[in-house]
Amino acid sequence: MLLRHTKPEIKERQVLTINPAKTCQPIGAMYASLGIHNCLPHSHGSQGCCAYHRSTLTRHYKEQVLSGTSSFTEGAAVFGGQSNLVQAIDNIFTVYNPDIIAVHTTCLSETIGDDIPQIIGKAKEEGKIPPGKIVIHTNTPSYAGSHVTGFSNMVASMVSYLSEPGEKRASRANIIPGWVDPADIREIKRLLDMMDIDNIMFPDTSGVLDTPLTGKQEYFPAGGTTIQALRATGKSKITIALGPTSSLAAARLLDTKCKVPYEILDLPIGLEATDAFVDTLRRNFHTDVPDEINGERGRLLNMISNMHQYTYNKRVALWGDPDQLVALTQFLVLLNMKPVYIVTGTPGNNFTDRINTVLKGTVPEVKVLQGQGADMYKMHQWIKQEGVDLLIGNTYGKYIARDENTPFIRAGFPILDRVGHQYFPIVGYKGAMRLCEMILNAFLDKKDRECPEESFELVM
Amino acid sequence: MIDILKDRQNQVFEGRKDQKFEMSCDKISAAGSVSQRACVFCGSRVVLYPIADAVHLVHGPVGCAAYTWDIRGALSSGPELHRLSFSTDLKEKDVVFGGEKKLYKVLTELIDTYHPKAAFVYGTCIVGVIGDDMDAVCRTVSREKGIDVIPVHSEGFKGTKKNGYQAACTALSNIIGTGDISGIPEASLNIMGDFNVAGETWQIKSYYKRIGVNVVASITGDGRVDEIRRAHGARLNVVQCSGSMMTLAQSMKEKYNIPFIRVSYFGIEDMSKALYEVAERLGDAAMLERTKSLVQEEVAAIMPEIRYYRTKLEGARALVYTGGAFKVFSLVRSLRTLGMKTVVAGSQTGDKEDYQQLRDLCDEDTVLLDDTNPMELAKYIQEKDVDLLIGGVKERPIAYKLGVGFCDHNHERKICLAGYSGMLNFSREVYSSVCSPVWSLMPRRRKFTGGI
Repeated sequence: MLLRHTKPEIKERQVLTINPAKTCQPIGAMYASLGIHNCLPHSHGSQGCCAYHRSTLTRHYKEQVLSGTSSFTEGAAVFGGQSNLVQAIDNIFTVYNPDIIAVHTTCLSETIGDDIPQIIGKAKEEGKIPPGKIVIHTNTPSYAGSHVTGFSNMVASMVSYLSEPGEKRASRANIIPGWVDPADIREIKRLLDMMDIDNIMFPDTSGVLDTPLTGKQEYFPAGGTTIQALRATGKSKITIALGPTSSLAAARLLDTKCKVPYEILDLPIGLEATDAFVDTLRRNFHTDVPDEINGERGRLLNMISNMHQYTYNKRVALWGDPDQLVALTQFLVLLNMKPVYIVTGTPGNNFTDRINTVLKGTVPEVKVLQGQGADMYKMHQWIKQEGVDLLIGNTYGKYIARDENTPFIRAGFPILDRVGHQYFPIVGYKGAMRLCEMILNAFLDKKDRECPEESFELVM
Repeated sequence: MIDILKDRQNQVFEGRKDQKFEMSCDKISAAGSVSQRACVFCGSRVVLYPIADAVHLVHGPVGCAAYTWDIRGALSSGPELHRLSFSTDLKEKDVVFGGEKKLYKVLTELIDTYHPKAAFVYGTCIVGVIGDDMDAVCRTVSREKGIDVIPVHSEGFKGTKKNGYQAACTALSNIIGTGDISGIPEASLNIMGDFNVAGETWQIKSYYKRIGVNVVASITGDGRVDEIRRAHGARLNVVQCSGSMMTLAQSMKEKYNIPFIRVSYFGIEDMSKALYEVAERLGDAAMLERTKSLVQEEVAAIMPEIRYYRTKLEGARALVYTGGAFKVFSLVRSLRTLGMKTVVAGSQTGDKEDYQQLRDLCDEDTVLLDDTNPMELAKYIQEKDVDLLIGGVKERPIAYKLGVGFCDHNHERKICLAGYSGMLNFSREVYSSVCSPVWSLMPRRRKFTGGI
């Protein structure tokens, strides 16, 4: 057993992190930047950071991920990274020629105190930024927050650098989708299209990290929010921000800067959260919900009713990022399941409150852990004390799944060992149906594999 | 078409007759280039990580530990501590007030929890800047807990991956020489620079066993602390992946007078050469005989199938890009065994000598690349009409998007590619990818797939 060292007795650890349920800020900023059209993300730090983020994103999305790096040396660590970044900006525009460079920092450049806006100013002064080209930045110190914080920071920076206020408001929604996969963004767009609602989706990684195979090399694929669209976000009627941890900062800033009001919702994962999303759109745009969407909802309900006896009272452990966990928990409650252990390494306010709100008191034994000590080791200890019927989370749960012989469905980031998430959404009614399918099949596959021969059944 | 970055012109040799061969390498990547390289920490981590009964603690913010958590597939036949991820998870206040206290506490908790044979503590960028005295903390904990606690000075910005290899070698030399070496037979060696990815060290060990050679320590594939302590008792160091282990081999030569040879276990030629060389150095006529019959048996077992693949692959063209340069040599030869031609070859960290050797080995017009990037890779895949790319995780989608076959010869290889059976596995993998029907739907690529 790989995790044979996990002991069921919990001895409080003061400081030690074992098998983290988070990673560092910069990768989130890189992922968000990839959602801008013709953008090259840039990592202002050592080469390794950039290589690790690119590799991890590639393992999850199975796509090429490009990003520049300031390639820090000892000299840069002592004298500051200014000349590296100026040279990088010059090289990137000369050779790769993106419309925009989105710089994020690292623990190294944060600690030595590089002032990125000042450096960008210097690059501009020295003529390294060609006319019409843009450099934006966000601060992503790896020693604070998590990958989700980095994502949130970069999305907020898109607003602070690019959104332009305007007198005239278009009848249009800004949609901040949160940290979801390209397939999820496609699904959200499909719902918007069906409701005929004009929108600006940002960031938008669809068409960037789920590109078709054409036999051609696209450094900057067709997808991503254009700079023009990002500028226009200041003139939209409303911002709908999905998932407070990753999207609230940008929505708030857009309100402060351009007076665009916002509504903050959970990620539309599961029936009720999708209801809330669809209803918010309906209310704000005075439109009817089309029959097609109602049909999808009805089919989801039908599916849930068909499987409810299998899901009743099943104990679930889940881990990952706060926004996903809150929405998933809410959905599991609807399926009459019991989310008993919930872990996120991402710090932030009121996570436990949000979980308790969606649990509605249905799972009094629930254990929720966030921040220090919220790691996969603790999750495993809990499971050793009292087992669960299902695991839901990113790939890092596979050790526990194997050791404890527990069905496991993969959701979240990163997924390094399965296909599916690159192409099929978990948001919207259809995404919820996919979750139902995965959950039910995980139970039934286990039963077929393990039940005694005499109770092996053809019809289930 | 994207041009080559002007700072990089001397790191690309295009194989033109009018071009003087003078590879510039060992250079720091130009800022802003989309380099495929990683950092010092990465170098140390990949070298030491396969030591399975030690804990590997990353001293820094959580990322460095998270991204290197069990990504290499370095297998262990026993303990698997190396596959867990431990981090001091430094926070803002640690950065301001220093991380030494936290490091001390984490180490203590960690050692009390797992009772490892040794602990390696990796310094990351931030540790180099805030100036934690890792050595002092490691000494203290070592004294208190009675095990080796070894600092690895792998601050990311202090050079390239190569410097990370050196830091790892320095760390290893701290434990080599601390074990009892009585009873080690004459015919004995250390396997250096094989990391047991997909069980490759096991394969190599089985060959050595068959010819009658004792392996004292594997450094570091399926590695154990107590074995490494005794490494100075071996009569020969056999170094693969020379980039990572040469400094250790050299220092062991100086310190313990142990000679070393450079070998590769990839491909029929190189594998056989390695075994013969070891037999010559360590054995008698009988061992040489055993080696001969092993080679004959193994080659005979795999050749029929390999010949079949050769009929399918004859004339196919490959681009090979790896971390270290030494592996490229073996791959060029292995591809020749399959009737294939290496039209582009390169590495992240090759030195001048490596590139000269590569130049001599390859064809006149083979393009050579040092520290390349996705743009250049894509450019040469198309210009040289490549059918197969051999590389690692970041190169895979570049190949597929251009409709080109791919073989992972890095962390993510899932089947053993070393030794004779490894050559057969390699042939299967190359064949299955180059000749996959999926490429027949690519207008540009229909030669080997018989498609539209």
